[in-house]
Amino acid sequence: MNKDSFIWWDWVGRHTAQIQSATYEHLRLTLIAVAVGFALSLVLAAIALRVRWTFTPIAGFAGLLYTIPSLALFAFLLPITGFNTLTSEIGLVSYTLAIFIRNIVAGVDSVPPDVVNAANGMGYQPIRRFVTVDLPLAAPAIVAALRIATVTTVGLVTVTGLIGQGGYGAFIDSGLSRDFSTEIVVGGGLSVIMAVGLDTLLVGAERLVTPWKPRPGKR
Amino acid sequence: MDSPTAIRLRGVSKRFAGSSTEAVTDLSLDLPEGSLTALVGPSGCGKTTTLRMINRLEEPTSGTIELFGQDTRNMPLHELRRGMGYVIQQAGLFPHRTVAANIGTVPKLLGWDKERIGARVHELVDLVGLDPSLLKRYPAALSGGQQQRVGVARALAADPPVLLMDEPYSAVDPIVRLRLQDELIALQRRLRKTIVFVTHDIDEAIKLADRVALLDVGGVLAQFGPPDELLRAPATPFVERFLGNERALRRLALHRVSDVTFGPVSSATTGLPCVNQTAGLREALDALIAHNAPTVIVTDDVGTPIGSLTMSQIAVALHEDRA
Ligand SMILES: Nc1ncnc2c1ncn2[C@@H]1O[C@H](COP(=O)(O)OP(=O)(O)O)[C@@H](O)[C@H]1O
Ligand SMILES: [Mg+2]
Repeated sequence: MNKDSFIWWDWVGRHTAQIQSATYEHLRLTLIAVAVGFALSLVLAAIALRVRWTFTPIAGFAGLLYTIPSLALFAFLLPITGFNTLTSEIGLVSYTLAIFIRNIVAGVDSVPPDVVNAANGMGYQPIRRFVTVDLPLAAPAIVAALRIATVTTVGLVTVTGLIGQGGYGAFIDSGLSRDFSTEIVVGGGLSVIMAVGLDTLLVGAERLVTPWKPRPGKR
Repeated sequence: MDSPTAIRLRGVSKRFAGSSTEAVTDLSLDLPEGSLTALVGPSGCGKTTTLRMINRLEEPTSGTIELFGQDTRNMPLHELRRGMGYVIQQAGLFPHRTVAANIGTVPKLLGWDKERIGARVHELVDLVGLDPSLLKRYPAALSGGQQQRVGVARALAADPPVLLMDEPYSAVDPIVRLRLQDELIALQRRLRKTIVFVTHDIDEAIKLADRVALLDVGGVLAQFGPPDELLRAPATPFVERFLGNERALRRLALHRVSDVTFGPVSSATTGLPCVNQTAGLREALDALIAHNAPTVIVTDDVGTPIGSLTMSQIAVALHEDRA
């Protein structure tokens, strides 16, 4: 048994329970962040679309959050909110905002003016039009944002390992501190697999929510 | 026409924010119930703006618009709009909804139940001459002409008394356009809606409209009357220029052979061209010229000769109409 080997399968075999719970934890942190970020962004994007001048400050603020290094953000939040899920989520959600808000606004802006004009002319009221016309037509842009936000968040969750959270991040941290490559490989590898898996699911979801989009090779 | 007024514009003006000129200037029009009025004029003369003020997609800067005697400003926006069909260029169909769902849009907004919407959609598909197999398709899979038919069906869905159409056929190719125009004429004969039809194409206006409102730049009304009146007596040099050449020839198309007092069937009909009495005078003249014949035989629907028509009778008909 060579502790220096790249991956030590025996260790993996003995830690399936931990790997399982880390997977669950990683998924949970990711999904909460993406869902909360998406819901928040939907409201902020709706405001930005309705009251046009608010777009610049809203998108600007979200963009600013996006530029803060994640390590610094968690370090800053820690004394305020403590070692818990809330701290992780505040950080994770704040990174999704910029991605979501810009894409939702761009997506809704790309709805053909003819369609908006026809909808208004037929007597749609604003909220109903936003929900049943604007958003479905912005779906391709929104799903694109969901994909970026999800993949980004899966990666960022590992960073929250530093504050005792982090799903797979805990393996990476432990591996780094013990100089044990197996844990780093397992944590990093599973994180990549999860990102790719969720991304693939979202690609499928896009086809489900946009059956109307003409696709090459199919009518 | 003694029909009651469906849409009444009184001194309507519109100046867009930031613009130094009026898009529509002091426009007054009475549109009788059941009539098709064409708003015609050069690009940018305020046709679209006028139409959009009727369903309040734009608000007039001054003046009033009444719908069946009621000031439109006193009606809830969505109710006003759901009571008016709206057809635009490129149809403006919802790309994410099937043809059936597109047609059922306004009934759904009005809260009809599923069965009633479904039944109505099938009625409409029949009415506008669409193949029912298209109902499950998305608009992207339809031709331009089919999309326009869906647009018309959608506008008619809740059976509104008023139809607003903004250059509905200007994006389809000329052959399909002629077909769609004929279909609209047939539809209007059955439905008798009050239609406001915007077009920049004077021929389309002459063909379709009971009345033509010709607008000059700035939304100034140049002339308002039946197509024949504009062609016969253009009110201003602008109207004359806009109508173009061959006004007499184009008037011929507006009159049917049966409108004219033609002569009895002549004894020798062999070798003479024939026209149906329901044909336009232009067609009769064309037959005369094409066959270099002195008279054209008028027939009824089954082809039996019922009279004969000469060149001078055609000319007289146009002049009599002047009275
Ligand atoms: N939303 C708008 N804001 C400012 N100006 C407008 C707007 N819509 C139309 N206009 C102007 O009003 C005039 C009339 O436009 P429009 O009614 O669209 O003309 P038409 O339909 O006859 O081509 C044009 O000069 C156009 O530039
Ligand atoms: Mg226009």
